[in-house]
Amino acid sequence: MKKKIYFDYAATTPLDSSVLKKMMPYLENKFGNASSIHKFGQETSEAIDGARTKVAKFLNCKPTEIIFTGSASESDNLAIRGVIKAIRRKKQAGEKTQVITTKIEHKAVLEVFKDLEREGVKVVYLPVGPDGLINIDDLRAEITPETDLISVMYANNEVGSIQAIKKIGKIIAEINKIEEHPIYFHTDAVQAANWLDLDVNSLGVHLLTLSGHKIYGPKGVGVLYIKEGTPIMPIILGGSHEWGLRAGTENVAGIVGMSEAISQIKHTKANTLEMLKLKDRLIKGVLNNVQGSKLNGPKKSEDQLPSIVNFSFLGVEGESLVIALDQEGFAVSTGSACTSTALMPSHVLIAMGLIDLDAHSSLRISLGKYTTMKEIDQFVKTLPKVVEKLRKISGR
Amino acid sequence: MSIYNKKIMEHFTNPKFFGKINDADIIGKAGNPRCGDLLTLYIKLEETRLPARQARSKKQMIISDIKFETLGCASAIASSDMICQLAKGKTMEQALNINFQDVSNELGKLPPLKIHCAQLVTEALKDAINKYNNPAKWDKQVK
Repeated sequence: MKKKIYFDYAATTPLDSSVLKKMMPYLENKFGNASSIHKFGQETSEAIDGARTKVAKFLNCKPTEIIFTGSASESDNLAIRGVIKAIRRKKQAGEKTQVITTKIEHKAVLEVFKDLEREGVKVVYLPVGPDGLINIDDLRAEITPETDLISVMYANNEVGSIQAIKKIGKIIAEINKIEEHPIYFHTDAVQAANWLDLDVNSLGVHLLTLSGHKIYGPKGVGVLYIKEGTPIMPIILGGSHEWGLRAGTENVAGIVGMSEAISQIKHTKANTLEMLKLKDRLIKGVLNNVQGSKLNGPKKSEDQLPSIVNFSFLGVEGESLVIALDQEGFAVSTGSACTSTALMPSHVLIAMGLIDLDAHSSLRISLGKYTTMKEIDQFVKTLPKVVEKLRKISGR
Repeated sequence: MSIYNKKIMEHFTNPKFFGKINDADIIGKAGNPRCGDLLTLYIKLEETRLPARQARSKKQMIISDIKFETLGCASAIASSDMICQLAKGKTMEQALNINFQDVSNELGKLPPLKIHCAQLVTEALKDAINKYNNPAKWDKQVK
């Protein structure tokens, strides 16, 4: 059995052992329902309070502005649907609802907007350039007095492109100063969390989504930051958990794990530089050793996460490449989805202007805190052989 | 556990029929860039000497050699290899009767979401045979 090498940190990260340690008491003895008045309940409700404070500190907001959910997808759903629901209830009959987003959002955002379109909401999908970035002037041009919500992902999960969230935040703040009708601003910061500034005040966002399992925390837990005063209504109804915005007995171990994972994130220059060295070695190694390979995504390093690289390999199909690499011990992913329900390749790569065949031949390699130079070198050594073999089969 | 069974993985990892036949008698194509699968079958034909009672009035041609070139996912490659295995040595008439279920079954069943791969390879085989049976159309396509 070959040693397995993990290059899919953007899909999920391993649980940090120190995070697990903090979670364990809540999976064993401390089982109380946080809503119970007795000591068992007090114990877990205090743990949740502590976790909320930690997350709030990291985001530079108040603990009352933090909601724990069951996933980042749920956070995105609550942010978008919850805000639109609250805004629409206040509107007069016939008053329109308009929202702006991008073509490269995660499905957890895009599908919610598509669903809202069916309910009469006008949705504008901003295009991106070949670098995976939106043009701020395009965004400005689409804002109307009817715009209620803007949702732009902080960093893209497939190509790592980083949007200018602070700039967008400033534009919205300027408009909100003079316009009577406020615009609310949501960002999905799931992929950004490990690397970028998440101070919600400097970003100028009203809502921000985070995931536990992308930051070496547990699966099954997400966070939604909701700025005080933002109109929002629950989409999961029931008990009055999470300020009445998300019914369901709290996943205490998950919440504690989430907060511990967040408090371990260090946005240090040293960390970033270390990762950039690995990424640079990977990019040079692949481009120099595999004929007919090209890089997808931002050209400028500062526009891209240090952890995500996306290539296309002429004459091979992504899924077979992923499976062939898996047989060699490397875990990577692709934007090629070849199933009879979704024959279309990645919506992100297509939005960036890639032709179908290039999108189908894409490979995403995402690095993480356990990635080593040795792993990169092993990959660069193996990849050309695997690509060549598949090219022989494809005759290209 | 892989999403594919051992048999599919074996035909993907060690396909026996991939490559090109430069002096192929007929060529069949299927697929489109949008779905990411592009497939070409190269076929070499030979006249048969079937036992008298099986022989029809028309002379029989058998597929004496067959190879594929496939740009596609693992199951498209495995299906390509399988259709070649199934078609080799068959008469044209027999080859036309190979359907996508045969390909899937021989591979120990493709996952339901991948059944179109088996359809794709049978399309390519039919394309080749139809061109042979309808040479006028075939000549036009070559030009």
